[in-house]
Amino acid sequence: MKRNDFSWMIGGVQGSGVDTSANIFARAAAAGGLSVYGKREYYSNIKGEHSYFQVRVSRTLVRSHVDTVDMLATFEEETIFRHALEVRSDGAIVYNPDQDGTRLADIPTIESPVRVRLNEALTKSGLSADVKGVLELARRGGVHVYAVPYDQLLKKVGDEFGETSLSALQRMLNVMAVAASFALLSYDEELVKNALRKQFRSKPKVAEMNAGAVGVAYGFIREKYNGGFGFKLEPVKTDEVRLFVRGQSTVAMAKELAGCRLQTYYPITPASDESEYLEAHGVIELDGPTAQENPQVAEAATMKQKGSIAVVQSEDEIAAVTMAIGGGIAGVRSSTSTSGPGFSLMAEGLGYAGINEVPVVVTLYSRGGPSTGLPTRHEQGDLRFALHAGHGEFPRLILASGDLDEAFYDTVRAFNYAERYQTPVIHIVDKALANSDATMPKFDVGKVKIDRGLFLRGPLKGIENGEFRRYQQAAGGISPRPPVGTKGAVYWLTGDEHNELGHITEDPTIRDAMMEKRMGKIDTADSEIPMSERVNFFGPEDADITIVSWGSTKGAILDAMEWLKEDGIKVSFLQIRLINPFPTQYAGDVLSKSKKVVGVEMNYSAQLIGILRERTCIPVDQLVVKYNGRPMSCEEVYNAVKLIAQGKAPKRVVLKAGA
Amino acid sequence: MHNDWCPGCGDFGILNAVQMALAEMNVDPSSTVVVSGVGCSSKAPHFIKTYGVHTLHGRTLPFATGIKLANPNLEVVAEGGDGDGMGIGAGHFVNSGRRNVDMLYIVHDNEVYGLTKGQAAPTMKLGMKTKSLPLPNINQGINPIMLALASGYTFIARGYSYDVRHLKDLIIKGIRHKGFAFLDVLQPCPTYNDIQTKEYWAGEGNLDANGHQQPRTYKLEETGYDGVVHGGAADEVQEKFQQAVLKSFEFGDHTPIGVIYQNEFIPTYEERLVGRAPTYLSNPPASQEISKPDGTPLANIDKLLEELRVT
Repeated sequence: MKRNDFSWMIGGVQGSGVDTSANIFARAAAAGGLSVYGKREYYSNIKGEHSYFQVRVSRTLVRSHVDTVDMLATFEEETIFRHALEVRSDGAIVYNPDQDGTRLADIPTIESPVRVRLNEALTKSGLSADVKGVLELARRGGVHVYAVPYDQLLKKVGDEFGETSLSALQRMLNVMAVAASFALLSYDEELVKNALRKQFRSKPKVAEMNAGAVGVAYGFIREKYNGGFGFKLEPVKTDEVRLFVRGQSTVAMAKELAGCRLQTYYPITPASDESEYLEAHGVIELDGPTAQENPQVAEAATMKQKGSIAVVQSEDEIAAVTMAIGGGIAGVRSSTSTSGPGFSLMAEGLGYAGINEVPVVVTLYSRGGPSTGLPTRHEQGDLRFALHAGHGEFPRLILASGDLDEAFYDTVRAFNYAERYQTPVIHIVDKALANSDATMPKFDVGKVKIDRGLFLRGPLKGIENGEFRRYQQAAGGISPRPPVGTKGAVYWLTGDEHNELGHITEDPTIRDAMMEKRMGKIDTADSEIPMSERVNFFGPEDADITIVSWGSTKGAILDAMEWLKEDGIKVSFLQIRLINPFPTQYAGDVLSKSKKVVGVEMNYSAQLIGILRERTCIPVDQLVVKYNGRPMSCEEVYNAVKLIAQGKAPKRVVLKAGA
Repeated sequence: MHNDWCPGCGDFGILNAVQMALAEMNVDPSSTVVVSGVGCSSKAPHFIKTYGVHTLHGRTLPFATGIKLANPNLEVVAEGGDGDGMGIGAGHFVNSGRRNVDMLYIVHDNEVYGLTKGQAAPTMKLGMKTKSLPLPNINQGINPIMLALASGYTFIARGYSYDVRHLKDLIIKGIRHKGFAFLDVLQPCPTYNDIQTKEYWAGEGNLDANGHQQPRTYKLEETGYDGVVHGGAADEVQEKFQQAVLKSFEFGDHTPIGVIYQNEFIPTYEERLVGRAPTYLSNPPASQEISKPDGTPLANIDKLLEELRVT
């Protein structure tokens, strides 16, 4: 094995437990101290279409997926047809020998382009268009094929545990495939069994039977293949407390920590899982302040109670965003989560929050567009739209997280910015992050601070005429903000231009003052937010190539940089995290000193690079873009940058990998 | 802010009734929020001295819902036109019935879009031609009462903007109702609707057998009609629902005003949220402290993190 990591793939019919098997594989590997990165690909379909999960494990940190498959675990034929030829030479395939005779023509869910390509390859090699033929083709390419008679083994498990129901046994097929994989890798059997016990902790009987299935699979591999596979996966000793997390739940947990107490949503892939997590965990445990810290609050009986988040599934995204803004008007940290099509509907709401200076957070899980686009696939195509959504001009902050760790802390920051600058904040988290799993050190909750800006708790006293000047001119454009419902005064909000009380006006002088007040808040944010929250810079300052990118390409770029370093190519990487206000000065300084600037983005038109040029007037030398819906792999970035370094790449490199 | 409605506008009657109702109930202005959409009637919050939230066209109800769910201790009154509620906001109207959040929604129903100069609104009947229309209305009119019934509203009433005292009483009933109250208010638009005028509702041309002018509205309570569900049994609910459906067809020369249907046996959305988080009402979102004075979050997510722990 050239590299220090191992890439395992499992596929199957959607709804048949592919996710669960990948989760068990990843957890078992993670429990052994290995670093894990998992990526899920699926169709916009409930049951029947093909989905697959790729898990990359390593003794050292991994942050991205690779295109290479070292081992393919299958329990049905479609996965073999689709992925067998992706397995690298000297890699392995685990399969059910009962399926040898299944013909390519028997699988209706394989699209004709895939079918035609595969048929051609098989015919050229003089092989039959069935499982046997495909596996033979893989074998000729140096792949080891391991036949595991699942049905026989499951029957053995059934005999051991007194389980006669065929369907109950069949449900363990995927576990068999996982166990056989680990057995071939000579991985610690107990770690696998424990991962299953954790997975099925609410059903101890099922857990034990599954653990039993692991034992049977290990026994079979030991006997038949004598440990078999050349690659040994060894646990690593670690004292670090690590989590195994997924995108949407990471953001959801951070929202609870950040004090978000109203979340609205309309169901949409890939955003809904976040809201569902919040629904399932709607009761919030609290750390009460001590009487010394805050006697007033500690006294209040409410502190003895638990907190909660109200989660509302709305009739559409217009309602979702306007309800969330309603929450902001009432002084509650509120947010909504959506994807591109839903975000399109939210545009009018953003403008309302903008002109009324209401804090609201929109978590935007971008996916392949336009229109319905590629509903379950990845793209970074919404950056320009997020920056400009809505008519007229109003301030907004845009944050884009590069990995799950950033997504956690950025979620809290989004709420802090929203309240501090009293305006909408769009937090872009994309499909690749939402549907990736990764091991990472436990989030440091102690690092998190809540900043509510000029939020004002009442009651208000001595207010002239009982009418509070909510939009009074103030330094930096930011006025004190008592929520609607604060005792002692009233004020108004309106989507029309308004005076300091919030009443409608068309007066040109007031209009100017209010526009300048609102738009000035972006300058205030620009001057206040530290650069450490806005950009990351990796690599040497004297690099030959400087990559500029944003969002989830971060992992693939950082992993590729390690390989490029081994090849003697010096690469640095400027990651823009706060898109608005744009870190113009910083980016300008870095890029004006760079020898060669390469923009890397998961969209057609290199949207960030356009913004970069608009703000800094610095052109970018070369582009690496991708828009086929599949996230960039580490190899793709590596290969593209290497070609650029060698002067062999076109000005615009379009990446194509992914199934 | 000065009022810029046309002289004689039905909005004045509704505004007066709202102000009288709030005064009679002795509400705290700073615990009360009037939420509106866009249109002539939606300027109303600016003329009422409570918190006023003048929102987007058609979005009255989701904004009001967000405010109320964030702070269920507030008295929330939503107001808007029939175009706002039944046209651009129709989806929100229907789905608000499903939720049954505890608030009142007053629809100013004058059958025209006033602020854009008199186009046909969703409640205008097919073939009607006001002076503002170049040709008769090409669409059928929505039956707002039946739409509210079908959507699950638990209080459905109709008022008339120039019977201010009666309307004021309906507003008070709507505010006191436990659940979502819908109040459809018949309202002349003296500038664009020259058919359903003040005189029309007063009975101009509507003569009985003796040649006496008969008002086109009548009060349900004066006929012995009782729209209120008292016991909550399924057959009673069905009976009240059915009589309300029949009343919803009466429109024009003999139009009922008053409480058409009321059922307080349906749990409010707030009560349903308590079913999910028991402290939702005793410690609602707007009352929850989220951080210590130094900014340290109060939420403790250790258990959530522990679930994800692998080493």
